Amino acid sequence: MAKNNNTVLNSRVPDGSLEEKWENHKFSMKLVNPNNKRKFDVIVVGTGLAGASAAASLGELGYKVKAFTFHDSPRRAHSIAAQGGINAAKNYKNDGDSVYRLFYDTIKGGDYRSREANVHRLAEVSTNIIDQATAQGVPFAREYGGLLDNRSFGGAQVSRTFYARGQTGQQLLLGAYSAMMRQVSAGSVELHTRSELLDVVTKDGRACGIVTRDLLSGEVVAHSAHAVVLATGGYGNVYFLSTNAMMSNVTAAWRAHRRGAFFANPCYTQIHPTCIPASDDFQSKLTLMSESLRNDGRIWVPKAFDDSRVAHEIPENERDYYLETKYPAFGNLVPRDVASRNAKNVVDQGHGVGPLKNGVYLDFSAAIQRDGHSAISAKYGNLFDMYESITGENPYEAPMRIYPAIHYTMGGVWVDYNLMTTIPGLYAIGEANFSDHGANRLGASALMQGLADGYFVLPYTIGDGLADQLGQPAVPTDDPVFTNAVQGIEDETSKWLSINGTRSVDYFHRELGRLVWDHIGMSRNKEGLEKAKSEIAALKEEFFSDVRVLGSADTLNLSLEKAGRVSDFFELAELMAQDALEREESCGGHFREEHQTSEGEAQRDDENFTHVAAWEWKEQNVLQTRHVEELEFENVTLTQRSYK
Amino acid sequence: MSETITVNLKIWRQEGPNTKGSFEKYTQQITTEASFLEMIDLLNEELNNQGLEPVAIESDCREGICGTCGVMINGQAHGPRKATTTCQLHMREFSDGDEIVIEPFRAVSFPVIRDLVVDRSPFDQIIESGGYISVNTGAASDANLTPVPKEAADQAFDAAACIGCGACVAACPNSAAQLFTSAKLAHMASLPQGQAERWKRTESMVGTMEEFFGSCTNHGECHEACPKEINLDFIAFMNRDYMKAKVKNRALSGQR
Repeated sequence: MAKNNNTVLNSRVPDGSLEEKWENHKFSMKLVNPNNKRKFDVIVVGTGLAGASAAASLGELGYKVKAFTFHDSPRRAHSIAAQGGINAAKNYKNDGDSVYRLFYDTIKGGDYRSREANVHRLAEVSTNIIDQATAQGVPFAREYGGLLDNRSFGGAQVSRTFYARGQTGQQLLLGAYSAMMRQVSAGSVELHTRSELLDVVTKDGRACGIVTRDLLSGEVVAHSAHAVVLATGGYGNVYFLSTNAMMSNVTAAWRAHRRGAFFANPCYTQIHPTCIPASDDFQSKLTLMSESLRNDGRIWVPKAFDDSRVAHEIPENERDYYLETKYPAFGNLVPRDVASRNAKNVVDQGHGVGPLKNGVYLDFSAAIQRDGHSAISAKYGNLFDMYESITGENPYEAPMRIYPAIHYTMGGVWVDYNLMTTIPGLYAIGEANFSDHGANRLGASALMQGLADGYFVLPYTIGDGLADQLGQPAVPTDDPVFTNAVQGIEDETSKWLSINGTRSVDYFHRELGRLVWDHIGMSRNKEGLEKAKSEIAALKEEFFSDVRVLGSADTLNLSLEKAGRVSDFFELAELMAQDALEREESCGGHFREEHQTSEGEAQRDDENFTHVAAWEWKEQNVLQTRHVEELEFENVTLTQRSYK
Repeated sequence: MSETITVNLKIWRQEGPNTKGSFEKYTQQITTEASFLEMIDLLNEELNNQGLEPVAIESDCREGICGTCGVMINGQAHGPRKATTTCQLHMREFSDGDEIVIEPFRAVSFPVIRDLVVDRSPFDQIIESGGYISVNTGAASDANLTPVPKEAADQAFDAAACIGCGACVAACPNSAAQLFTSAKLAHMASLPQGQAERWKRTESMVGTMEEFFGSCTNHGECHEACPKEINLDFIAFMNRDYMKAKVKNRALSGQR
């Protein structure tokens, strides 16, 4: 069924052995000479790790860059919240790490659903990122000798993760942000804050610009360029409750999709096992606690159903340390997806803990007894403080309560080896694209990919796409393609304000999130997905007829901004259900209950599904076309993951 | 344990940058488990249902790291809890019947955009004027080529922890931005990588800061309000570097 020979998608993976592909490609790509670069306008949307690093690097090369963020400052992007670290194959620990090992771990961790060539390139440039960030003044953790420190992370048996306390994302983002601000100062990057992309404009099949709305004045503006780069992050907020920031959304990627950019693997979403469970019905977002806690915490639930005793009153023999029992080799350190599904199982069975019975315990009492209070505090002090400030409970005395939450989305805009989408001249980088993590992302790899794309891949590949445009002026913004797009956005804005229904945008977002979480969350089945499709469609109809957006279009209007984002989430959710339905296998973050081993583990179907599913937009309420990019594994042998 | 309380809110409402604002009163029931911003979310949902425009307030990560949120709560930037951003404040800090006065950050260089939203873009201009180490992509040498004493790296990190929220300016009676600016300067000046441009950077960033913000008179309110507890010593560090810079920059130009 799903498998058909595809003639539309060309991944443009270069020839040659795995190790030579990127080198060869760099040599064979067309170049734009330094004096000509200033003749090209490049738009970069989003100023997180990927966007800021790309804008800075392109500005340094001499391109005329326009950078856009919908925040008040580029430094607010959600990359800033990444805690754990960034992987790089430096082998500073002399523990046998190498580019090939990082490549291999990432392919395996992604459950064999990513492109070998892309992942190998990612591993190759990973080491340059650490050099670059260090030179920018990113204060990575150091040993007493003054050299960089590393720690280990899930899914790897070597220490290759560089970190800056629990704020690695913040420090890397501030590095990229400062590099970009340097180019703003130099005049090569023109910065537009509080500007939200609402449309991607194409002419004769090529991307020629964007339409933005100024979030303060409401003005809808057309911007023209020779190339457009989307660095607008992932779509985890389709679940309403996620660890994403409140404003994170799919709008830029989705509007590009509606203009012809294929959207790949939307059903690949990642659940993070250690988040603080929701405490009430108006919970607005979930907070992640670093995965590193599982190194010392023991996960358990009461054996009894609906046990309302406090943790310390439950004797040892009435506790179920379910991960340690089920996976004696990895215990509490099984990968994210395995830990998450098991937590869901025990809570669904009625063993959940906390006032809402929606969590499992992560208990440090044994570690505190073994290593002492001060040792645990030195390792996890800031995390324990954060937990206490959110929950009001002291994790030194009572076990933490944790539950999985949506954290990252591996799916995204389909791109070729050059990071170009199916629209020539339109690129997607960072979490916004689908490229390197397959069906599951390893810890500390998101920062690596965002910066790899922005610093070391796109600045090379974009020239290849621009070289033959030399001498072509950018399409003027009074061209009908722009004026029509601007009109379309103005109409959309007035539409939201005129519906005048009875319920808020947030209400619909929350209801949508519930449907997506229940049916396209940690585990999926055919019946649930069919149900999700019809219920999402019905709720979408209700949204379009009953949402109430107050105020006007020419001032700061937060509900108006959000209405457009939520409408895009509705369409995305429908596609996620369809994608999950047609991927009749379990892999990584996509777990289909119909496809599991006798031990309840994910069961891939390599014969029929070793491919990328890339969806082509048709029109509203019409089933999208599923295109297939076959994944070829020439270097790695596909195996079933086992953590027993 | 969770309980439901009723709070009496006085919230600053102002339609636009050029209109006159005033306080409006609202009453809100809320469980003490909820965060402060979830309390406002709920109020906004109810206002919307009544056909009244929601209160404009900004937040993003709600994890205390992005620096987007920040309002004055009963006269304190980010509210009563020490080392806590507005988004990390929870209603368990309040009691049944409490009056809570909520205002935007007040500073001449942070004009109100709407209700509780202000414009903090002068911070970006301070960074633009020198808050970087000039190294083009690809020009870096191996990261371990330059050892950095752990103490220096730790001090750089302590300074770099600033989230750029603006609470320091809002808390300062002079609306000074010394804590913000000195944190960035100290971060870079603590590291060997930051030495080449140290003196130029100091003079330039301080100059830009003074275009927008008031002068520091050592009240220390900035540190009290800072959700990341950035150390006041960095201001002394900056002042010392600024003096040196004035001499060194002159000397350097004399050599040219």
